[in-house]
Amino acid sequence: MKKKNKIKIKINGRLINIKISTTLKDLLLTKKIPINKVAIELNNKIVNKSKINNIFLNEKDKVEIVHFIGGG
Amino acid sequence: MKKDQLIIDGKKYNSRLIVGTGKYKSFSECANAVKISGAEIVTVAVRRVNIMDTKKPLLMDYINPKKITYLPNTAGCFNSNEALRTLRLAREIGGWKLVKLEVLGDKKNLFPDMIETLKSTEILVKEGFKVMVYCNDDPLIAKKLEDVGASAIMPLASPIGSGLGILNIENLKIIRKQTKLPVIVDAGIGDAPDAAEAMQLGCDGVLINTAIAKAKKPLLMAEAMKYAVISGRKSYLSGRIKYNYTGSASSPKKGII
Repeated sequence: MKKKNKIKIKINGRLINIKISTTLKDLLLTKKIPINKVAIELNNKIVNKSKINNIFLNEKDKVEIVHFIGGG
Repeated sequence: MKKDQLIIDGKKYNSRLIVGTGKYKSFSECANAVKISGAEIVTVAVRRVNIMDTKKPLLMDYINPKKITYLPNTAGCFNSNEALRTLRLAREIGGWKLVKLEVLGDKKNLFPDMIETLKSTEILVKEGFKVMVYCNDDPLIAKKLEDVGASAIMPLASPIGSGLGILNIENLKIIRKQTKLPVIVDAGIGDAPDAAEAMQLGCDGVLINTAIAKAKKPLLMAEAMKYAVISGRKSYLSGRIKYNYTGSASSPKKGII
């Protein structure tokens, strides 16, 4: 049987396919997200940005990435 | 003479005008308005990054958070949990502790839900946040916010974005008199006289977004608001004359020919 090498995760409400053993940092880098200007939630828990290199993503993980925009 | 500064949580600001960064045509218009207004604090919202297009410029590219204090808000939050989540994320972006809490309870008028707001203030203060709290112009609630450790009281002048100006002058005066905290009139300011009026009442500052961003000439209005706040403040400090219900001639009577 062919081994599945892709997993599905949700990032900001959008389903995407990523490779197995992708770290959160890899994801941010591929998506070209400026790490120092965002905050990240993984499955509704805030992630310490200094640890994203050691966090591997799993099937059905929910990632939220936010930043500052104009507001009153 | 002692410098007259706005002090929030021990930090001193020369400008008493806080500017919201929403509703502008572009980031550059917003940044120019902030510059012209002289504001040293701007409010910002926390939203999802557009992951499909991460090349778009960011607010931070236009307004340097090292020079201008970013005050993350909880605009659009309708309960305590949403507000707490938003501000915890805001803190994570870059260590922001000074935040503006607003928990709305009414989608039409955008009035704050003060029960949820009070609850959230208490939790945030315990977590080490310095919380500036958007609230109704209700002196009792304002007192309760102070009791649970708010860093500033931000009563509305009138509904957010309405431009109706100050609807309850007497309540704002009571709120100002009863608290040691900075009182910053937030929401509802429509024009420069409204801003000056808030300052004349003795309030410590005003927060303005729509009145500048949606004026026909936002940059000119930003300048008008800057001077209105300065003018109102100086007028308050100078001690206005008493109301006098008869005329009082300005020229001396002596020596009339």
